[in-house]
Amino acid sequence: MTAKVVVEDVERVAELAHLQLTPGETGAMLHDLNAILDYVEELNELDTAGVVPLAQVTELMDAAGGGLRGDVVEPSLDRSTVLAEAPETNGVFFKVPKVIER
Amino acid sequence: MLSEAKSTQTFVEKPKTLAELRAQISFGATKAVDLAVGYYDRIAEINPRLNVYLSLSKERALAQAERMDALAGKGDPLPPLAGIPVGIKDVMVMQGAPATAGSKILEGYRPPYDCTAVARLEEAGAVLLGKLNCDEFAMGSSNENSAYGPVRNPVDTERVPGGSSGGSAAAVAANLAVATLGSDTGGSIRQPASFCGVVGVMPTWSRVSRYGLIAFASSLDRIGPFAANVRDAATLLGVIAGYDPKDATSSTAPVPDYAAESGRPVDGLRIGVPAEYFAEGLDAEVRAAVESGIDALRAAGCSIKPISLPHTKYAIPTYYLVATAEASANLARFDGVRYGYRSAASNTLSDMYSHSRDEGFGAEVKRRILLGTYALSAGYYDAYYGKAQQVRRLLAEEFLKAFAEVDAIVTPTAPTAAFKLGEKTGDPMAMYLADIYTVTASLAGICGVSVPCGTTSAGLPVGMQVLARHLNEGTAFRVARAVEAAQV
Repeated sequence: MTAKVVVEDVERVAELAHLQLTPGETGAMLHDLNAILDYVEELNELDTAGVVPLAQVTELMDAAGGGLRGDVVEPSLDRSTVLAEAPETNGVFFKVPKVIER
Repeated sequence: MLSEAKSTQTFVEKPKTLAELRAQISFGATKAVDLAVGYYDRIAEINPRLNVYLSLSKERALAQAERMDALAGKGDPLPPLAGIPVGIKDVMVMQGAPATAGSKILEGYRPPYDCTAVARLEEAGAVLLGKLNCDEFAMGSSNENSAYGPVRNPVDTERVPGGSSGGSAAAVAANLAVATLGSDTGGSIRQPASFCGVVGVMPTWSRVSRYGLIAFASSLDRIGPFAANVRDAATLLGVIAGYDPKDATSSTAPVPDYAAESGRPVDGLRIGVPAEYFAEGLDAEVRAAVESGIDALRAAGCSIKPISLPHTKYAIPTYYLVATAEASANLARFDGVRYGYRSAASNTLSDMYSHSRDEGFGAEVKRRILLGTYALSAGYYDAYYGKAQQVRRLLAEEFLKAFAEVDAIVTPTAPTAAFKLGEKTGDPMAMYLADIYTVTASLAGICGVSVPCGTTSAGLPVGMQVLARHLNEGTAFRVARAVEAAQV
């Protein structure tokens, strides 16, 4: 595993993450990502064959979360309160620029 | 005490204790309203020098203070934090108040609800002064990643307060609040507490509801208190801890009387000192201060046991893969559609997403989103994110094994005292290493307290980190209190 990233990798990942990087940013991120990925290579010193991944820690505790709430309809935020925070609405829905270019 | 002549300034002032303030308010010797106004006056005077507060919630604060004065006037029993002025890290939402998370992308956002931890403070009588500066989306170790400028350390204004909860730590150190809330994902409460000379608490993951906390890395994020002393920090945790139906991951375990726990004697406690936390890279003066704290515990009747946590060196790479992977998913919600910043330079939906995010996020946030996206992407998932999750289990099991032998583990909170502004901003890896002693406990989900244990010859505070097993905050408070009691 010596997957060092090149400019095309940064551009591909930026696209996946919906980030429109400037050329200057792409260069800087290329440098930083390679430095960080070099550093995390250290993990390959460890033999983790058969180790079950740990995604979060509740299984390590005696008392875990309270579980799921009852499936009951409860009042939620008022539509106008929520829409008031949006950059653009028509009063009923959020408005966004056109999805398909013609 | 600053021993050398400096061009810098110090704004350190110790707040009164909760017990003192509560007594004054309940007997009417101090009006909660006057106390709040006094704090706003001090904020107006000093905040321009420290950049601690990003916004003030005066109307809500004064209304609450009036309610507390009215209760006191009637001789009614007062809630535990009646009239106590507190500040909130700007990653927790308060209805109608700005919530920036230190980011331009949330400029102008006014959330329509309250964070559970914040609401619980207010129900307990606290007066919410305002929102505190932090690194953007809590990503940073120096508070220099805030889109609203860095916080300065009240001990020495040329130095950073630590991060990401830099404003929360500095506010208590400079008496711009009696206590504050911060959040800790990889060290963001403990490290700034150490740098500013205050007490900071990272509770067990799940101990405090995360409802209303703007998410960074959900399997690591915790809300916790800062205060000027251990007992007050313990009191605050008791108020905010406990199950919340709005966070299904919050623990149903009963909440003990942490303040009472913090006062219990420590004699007979077994304290582990892990060799890996005292190795190369630890500043000599920090080591000396932490060792003096260990001596104090020995003198108080603890047995000190050398232990080994050999996987410690893998914690930083593991943390930066796990945290960034989770961040890349959590921060996908900032898209310019429902709230926050939308770029004007876009004709299509896809352009609008990517321009809004590029213009709205700062460099460190983008760096972490890219790293996390890469670690989760097809072809790399197993090698990076999967591998990190496996090492995370090894790190957690190592702690659980150690806690079979000891009741608490003590370490330095950070390898150095507060560094200078600008010292590490050019080198992300150097900045990440500031969290070398804090991230392991974050990954394991255990609890920890940073308590002041001395100063360097230049007068900079040093913190000792006290770690305890899951849901054993009481033990961590006891040990921290014993270290605090030995300080002159």
